[in-house]
Amino acid sequence: MTVADFIFYVFALSTLVGGLFTVVSRNPVHSVLWLILAFLSAAGLFILLGAEFVAMLLMIVYVGAVAVLFLFVVMMLDVDFAELKAEMTKYMPLALLIGVIILMQLALAFGAWGYSDGIETRLAAPVDGGIQNTAGLGTLLYDKYFMLFQLAGLILLVAMIGAIVLTLRHRQDIKRQDILAQMYRDPAKAMELKDVKPGQGL
Amino acid sequence: MISSDLSIILPEIALAIFAMVALIVAVYTAKDKLAPMLTWLTAAVFVILAFWIGTGSDSTRVAFEGAFVDDGFARFAKVTILLSAAAVLVMSLDYLEKRDLLRFEYPLLIALAAVGMMVMVSAGDLMALYMGLELQSLSLYVVASLRRDSAKSTEAGLKYFVLGALSSGLLLYGASLTYGFAGTTLFAGIIEAAGNEPSLGLIFGLVFLISGFAFKVSAAPFHMWTPDVYEGSPTPVTAFFATAPKVAAMALFARVVHDAFGGNVGDWQQIVAFLAVVSMFLGAIAAIGQTNIKRLMAYSSIAHMGFALMGLAAGTAFGVQAMLIYMAIYVTMNIGTFAFILSMERDGRPVTDIASLKMYSRSEPLKALAMLVLLFSLAGVPPMVGFFGKFYVLRAAYDAGLAWLAIAGVVASVIGAFYYLRIVYFMYFGETEEPLDGQMSPALWAALMVSAAVMVFGVVNLFGIEPLAAAAAETLVN
Amino acid sequence: MVEFFTTTNLGIVLLTLGQILLLILPLLGALAFLMYADRKVWAAVQMRRGPNVVGPFGLLQSFADLLKYVFKEIVVPAGADKTVFFLAPMISFVLALIAWAVIPFNDGWVLADINVAILYVFAISSLEVYGVIMGGWASNSKYPFLGSLRSAAQMISYEVSIGLIIIGVIISTGSMNFGDIVNAQDGNAGLFNWYWVAHFPMLFLFFISALAETNRPPFDLPEAESELVAGYQVEYSSTPFLLFMIGELTAVVLMCALVTLLFLGGWLSPIPGLPDGVIWMILKMVFCFFIFAMVKAITPRYRYDQLMRLGWKVFLPMSLAWVVIVAFLAKYEVLGGFWARWTIGG
Repeated sequence: MTVADFIFYVFALSTLVGGLFTVVSRNPVHSVLWLILAFLSAAGLFILLGAEFVAMLLMIVYVGAVAVLFLFVVMMLDVDFAELKAEMTKYMPLALLIGVIILMQLALAFGAWGYSDGIETRLAAPVDGGIQNTAGLGTLLYDKYFMLFQLAGLILLVAMIGAIVLTLRHRQDIKRQDILAQMYRDPAKAMELKDVKPGQGL
Repeated sequence: MISSDLSIILPEIALAIFAMVALIVAVYTAKDKLAPMLTWLTAAVFVILAFWIGTGSDSTRVAFEGAFVDDGFARFAKVTILLSAAAVLVMSLDYLEKRDLLRFEYPLLIALAAVGMMVMVSAGDLMALYMGLELQSLSLYVVASLRRDSAKSTEAGLKYFVLGALSSGLLLYGASLTYGFAGTTLFAGIIEAAGNEPSLGLIFGLVFLISGFAFKVSAAPFHMWTPDVYEGSPTPVTAFFATAPKVAAMALFARVVHDAFGGNVGDWQQIVAFLAVVSMFLGAIAAIGQTNIKRLMAYSSIAHMGFALMGLAAGTAFGVQAMLIYMAIYVTMNIGTFAFILSMERDGRPVTDIASLKMYSRSEPLKALAMLVLLFSLAGVPPMVGFFGKFYVLRAAYDAGLAWLAIAGVVASVIGAFYYLRIVYFMYFGETEEPLDGQMSPALWAALMVSAAVMVFGVVNLFGIEPLAAAAAETLVN
Repeated sequence: MVEFFTTTNLGIVLLTLGQILLLILPLLGALAFLMYADRKVWAAVQMRRGPNVVGPFGLLQSFADLLKYVFKEIVVPAGADKTVFFLAPMISFVLALIAWAVIPFNDGWVLADINVAILYVFAISSLEVYGVIMGGWASNSKYPFLGSLRSAAQMISYEVSIGLIIIGVIISTGSMNFGDIVNAQDGNAGLFNWYWVAHFPMLFLFFISALAETNRPPFDLPEAESELVAGYQVEYSSTPFLLFMIGELTAVVLMCALVTLLFLGGWLSPIPGLPDGVIWMILKMVFCFFIFAMVKAITPRYRYDQLMRLGWKVFLPMSLAWVVIVAFLAKYEVLGGFWARWTIGG
């Protein structure tokens, strides 16, 4: 076993453990923390694959932003998870049955798995080897996959519009701060200095 | 390379840019006050694009190394989608304005959904397929809960979102299995890799993919979301759900099974036939007990999707042609029916109870007659156009050797006729209750009358869509 | 001997460990004095003397504090989630240190010379928020929790503009490696070749965002002592508190290193003719740290909504616009490629 193999098994194991405990953990905050472990280990696996750019993106986007928001929401939630669990146990047998059936089917598919003829030619690397994978990704995204890339952008735009449409309420009855008005306010006009003599008052 | 590719996806780019520019302009100016104008403008853009696409080149062009296919089939579907979306937009204006729901984002979300649908029907790659599908679905999730203060509308949006995410998951799983087998996401590559003797893994992928599509076209047994979403969404949104997205999903379905799995017709034919039978019967039987007309239309759409799938199940060019004709007729009928449903109100409040239609014919004979024509057409009673739609798919199924499927279709359509005729019965013979309001906005009136007229006069030659559909189907199946 | 360290597994591990120690020990030593400098600057601004009792001029004050922290008792709140409670300061400390793995101090003086170095630092600094959130949550107490929520929102908001500013620099350089970025700033004009000229407004945006990212005044809302006592650190005592403090200070110094590398030419000499070298790097970092300390001393704390407004409505649009502008300036090689230095870097 080389060092790389060893590291692979470490990351793979921690990905699995993280995923498992995300599901079985009793405390939702712990679930999110395990999920973060799974994400980080996955990033490690990407590095082993030589996809360092994707690994870093996984860390920045998923761990650094998405999971933080998860944690943020989960920490503020006040859900009685015991009650939810009780609800869940009612359907557990059925869910287990379906799960086992799907698992067996997939095992069947895995057992009889075969690749198509000539898969190697179709799987050929889309860019020349030898360039950094950041540059390679850039070349592909802005050329061959330009349309998909822009569509992904549109999907995010729709998500943003949706969040605003469904949640933003413009309240009229609150005071708002107008920074520009504050900055352009002229002290000479807004206040008056009076020289008050001692003992006299205004 | 890229500029020639861009010229092929120019209509999609134009629509996306229109949506983005309109969004920015509206945000920085009058916001919701612009909404009526934007709705009209969006509808006009849809019509212009439909005209542009319909009269453009009639060759098959491929962009982005096969990820985007612009052929006759895609153009037929796009024109149907754009025109029906434009009609629904214009129809929804009055209803939404009255209920203070007309946000300027509404037409723009519909426009973005249309971009997604156009990409869906032109997809030549599993990734493009997924991107188009998500763009469309995400916009629809949002408009489903447009009436955000109503629990039902929120429920509709949430239910649609959760189940839609599940179906996207199934679809992606199928796509990854397919990719794992074929080593490419391009349809052209998959069909080459699959050959005539596909491996078990590919069939698993195919089944998962079809499950995902079945959800999107609301075919049984993946229909559970449909009645709740139809009922909870604002009625114009329901009208939209029942038209353009159904065409897009059906076209996508046809494209994938023919373009990517065209060599394995036998493998997917049985699944699609099964979906068709279950949908037809479920739609026909479950609708009988419904009293809410929006729920009833949901079950009606499930049954109609069953019929359209029957055309697809034939697995022949004629089957695809029958499906395209069926979808075009279905969309036209639905536009008219929903124009009527949108106008159903009492004292300015929308009503969806079927019983409220009792003796409608006495107060509004012309509208009742138009509705009668549409309901007969939906039921497939000759000599309305709806009958010819059913006739085509039945013939396609019969010709392809699926006689049992055709017979099941006939039985289901007889059962289904019952609930359409029940509405007719109410309109003409029921006891009078409080009458509905009489007035109807000109746009709705026009949509109802035109659609009913089409159902009657289309009998002559179906307005010539038959050869168009045949040419479109020819480019897909070869 | 050389062979042992470059070929055998054990040797490579030992060599790397040695390099890590060589980096971390001076860093932690320097931190002690930077802490002292921070307090001295603060005191000077307020016309106090600051620490002046332990050692000559109070120079050993930090070491006295260290001993005190280590030897005090650790108090754990009754309802605390113990695992997470102790995990939080460790994460904070470890993350602050591992980011240094890719920071070069001179041409080639770097522990891990990877080609996505800047993304790595960015990723690690985006993880630092976890120490704060976990600490605040695990304390099971109101003030820490409020502090951690504030911190989460604040750090995410300012990360966005930091990321966009970094993208501008990457566009100019054509590489994400710090060595390339610094070398791209080399030229005949000395300090006028550095990116602070080419990316002039971004230097300030980056610096201010760095203040927010490290929870330094005027953006120290997570620990605002007048509202939240000490925010997420309220329930911490002794060594865990020390770890938090070191982690925070290390992050500040890391930001100084980033400003130096990205905008101030790293180890390059400001005056043409003088030799480049590690001394310049250190001088620039100390200068940045001095500015950090001055800002802490002279600015009042921001209000929370103002902080959010600044992040999302001012910094984000400005940095995004700058990315677009730089992309054009670089693509069309305006001013003879002043913004397009790909030949030097990538």
